[in-house]
Amino acid sequence: MAPKPKRLDVMLESILESVDVAESMIMRISDSAGFTDEECHKIGMAIREGVINAYNYGNRKDRNKKIRMIVELAADTMVIHIVDQGKGFELEEVADPLAEENLLRTSGRGIFLMRAFMDDFTVQRGPEGGADLVLTKKLPIPGSNNGDGGSRGKES
Amino acid sequence: MSLQGTSRETGGVLIVDFSGRITLGDGSAMLRKTIRELNAAGQKKILLNLADVDYIDSAGIGELVSAYSSVRTAGGELKLLNLTKRVNDLLQITRLFTVFDVQSEEWTAIHSFK
Repeated sequence: MAPKPKRLDVMLESILESVDVAESMIMRISDSAGFTDEECHKIGMAIREGVINAYNYGNRKDRNKKIRMIVELAADTMVIHIVDQGKGFELEEVADPLAEENLLRTSGRGIFLMRAFMDDFTVQRGPEGGADLVLTKKLPIPGSNNGDGGSRGKES
Repeated sequence: MSLQGTSRETGGVLIVDFSGRITLGDGSAMLRKTIRELNAAGQKKILLNLADVDYIDSAGIGELVSAYSSVRTAGGELKLLNLTKRVNDLLQITRLFTVFDVQSEEWTAIHSFK
């Protein structure tokens, strides 16, 4: 029988500390799910960027607004939603940070990093009209090194 | 671990040894303050030693880019020294290796300034 999917649903305050909270939470979950240290780092950083996006650009640091983080562990994937209460945005409108004319910009790399560190990244409209960032990572196959040459800090 | 920095001068080059994380909040603010003070003091040759910085997020990258631009605008040069693998990888994927002069040996880095 396939294992029952696991789900975590947390509501974060729109404060700077939520960025670290979300990152450390997802790194613990990723470690438990069997990801290597390097993969845990990348997933943690992607989630960090997602929550920064929700805090800075979605909720615009409004302490009355919340950031919802949902983590779903299915048989072969980990899917993370980061939902803000802002106005939402279209991915097509985000400037390419690798374009020559954008290299010296001091912001605008968060989306790129989420894409780079996860297997799949999409943006949809949340239930309240804000952005719902959907970040997906394939779970490691037991016994494999997950292809990045990394090593686990501990075995479970 | 929050960002810490200590400065020293060698061969006319101001070297800042950073340790910790350059991330949104205290880390990026600390870097901004350091660069602002060095610019105000008229430092034209600045080398940021990032050997003990193993984490930079997008806000930290933005702050490094801002530092690079502000030092250049003031007529100076800013270079990076001793990147950790993670920071090195981050600069590679964001194409910032094409912007920053990244050095791996202090002696060579000092003598690379004009």
